Amino acid sequence: MGRSAVGYYFKEAFDSLFRNNWLSLASIGVVTVSLFIFGCFLLIAINTSAIINTLESMLEINVFLENNLNQSEINHLNEELKFLPGVSGVEFVPKEQALENMLTSLGNGKDITDNLDENPLPDSFRIKTNSVGLVPQIAANIYKFKGVRNVIYGQEVVERLLIVTRWIRTTCLTSIGVLGLAAIFLISTTIRVSVFSRRKEIGIMKFLGATNWFVRLPFLLEGVVLGFSGALLASIIVYLVYTIVIDKIAVTMPFLPVVGQIDKLAPVYWGLLILGLLIGAAGSSISVHRFLKV
Amino acid sequence: MVRLYNVTKIYKNNSIALNNVTLHIKKGEFIFLVGPSGAGKTTLTRLIFREDIPTRGQIVFNGKNVVRMRPGEVPFHRRKIGMVFQDFRLLAQRTVYDNVAFALQVTGTSNHRIKKLALEALKVVGLEGKEKMHPEQLSGGEQQRVCIARAIVNNPLLLIADEPTGNLDPGTSRELMNLFKEINGRGTTIIMATHAWDIVDSMKKRVVALSGGKVVRDEESGDYHGA
Repeated sequence: MGRSAVGYYFKEAFDSLFRNNWLSLASIGVVTVSLFIFGCFLLIAINTSAIINTLESMLEINVFLENNLNQSEINHLNEELKFLPGVSGVEFVPKEQALENMLTSLGNGKDITDNLDENPLPDSFRIKTNSVGLVPQIAANIYKFKGVRNVIYGQEVVERLLIVTRWIRTTCLTSIGVLGLAAIFLISTTIRVSVFSRRKEIGIMKFLGATNWFVRLPFLLEGVVLGFSGALLASIIVYLVYTIVIDKIAVTMPFLPVVGQIDKLAPVYWGLLILGLLIGAAGSSISVHRFLKV
Repeated sequence: MVRLYNVTKIYKNNSIALNNVTLHIKKGEFIFLVGPSGAGKTTLTRLIFREDIPTRGQIVFNGKNVVRMRPGEVPFHRRKIGMVFQDFRLLAQRTVYDNVAFALQVTGTSNHRIKKLALEALKVVGLEGKEKMHPEQLSGGEQQRVCIARAIVNNPLLLIADEPTGNLDPGTSRELMNLFKEINGRGTTIIMATHAWDIVDSMKKRVVALSGGKVVRDEESGDYHGA
């Protein structure tokens, strides 16, 4: 392929983009909107998973024991807990320690314990797990152990987090599916119009001995340019919006572990651009295949 | 150069366009295809150009079987044949130069060579100085010259002209025939389908007359109506 051919493909593709300017803009707009929404969902998903990771490391299961256990029974339980699948750490908290912890956290409300004759708190274990998803299962298993009186974990938090994650994932996949298809459809329409408006030229090209690829490439390129422009716009908007949002969060909710801009998010922007290219290629391929019987 | 063996073409509506035609065309020949409308002249040129394939029979062009050609080979086959039409088929939004250069562009020729060859072709057809004009600014004869320049720019082995003077006045037609004669003189084989009996009679070239899809007459230096 000579230099003149490459120049020709680009010239034709861009001429056609400008000739059908409204349709081109609409296609770019749909790609931009689809990928913007997709980018937002992606960032929400990434941040949710970062938050979940942080919570996971903080989330523990408290196992409260019966009062009448002797030391060897406690040791036995400790061993059993350690070898439960999914458990990453076990810490024994004697009742004295528990009371002290409570007094510390109560601070100046300590006088309420003055009326107590004895320590009302039980011995307990603090258990850390590998994954937040395993917590309910592990808690249920521990509950069956002999000598265990009660098992407490941030049940609701865990369950809500899991629901939210699932919901985000489903919404994200559905929306990108629907919007992606809409974008592909609109690009294929643009290319179809473009093929139609140039059918005379295509006929001439064929009798001048142009290969099928020579006829097709400008149209494919046109679709790819549409997809890529949309993706580029979407990336820029996502970037700007996200910068504003994390600045706001840093001020209002500094405890939220948001993912910073540059460090981990480059793949998101690359992903959007590549997705835009693919959407463009898919849209134009449909029309080139169906309407360009060369 | 071109050999047709027992070529029959039946269209989908069962009309027989060509009926068992056998024809040999030698390199450098100038052939007139004559006959009434619907005699099969255009079908014959379409089959040679591989716009369509015959129902029966074989066609060999420059040593290659045109009928059995793979789709990928067709563009390269067509680059060896220049086409000139009655309705010119020029791109209205492009300049004269661009129309001619387009034939080289589609074959992937380098820009440098395109410029050299396109200007040469325009000189051959006598359109020097009109490179930057658009087709609608030219007369019918000049438009046909652009079309001829485009057909000869990549130096084809064969030039097929289908009613090239159909839309032109007698004077312009004669000028164009001189141009075709000159191109033929450079070694390009020419097949011309025409109704212009005066031109055929004055040129004294080989005449192949078709009627109802059959070759009814084939004469060296013949006349339109036959002896």
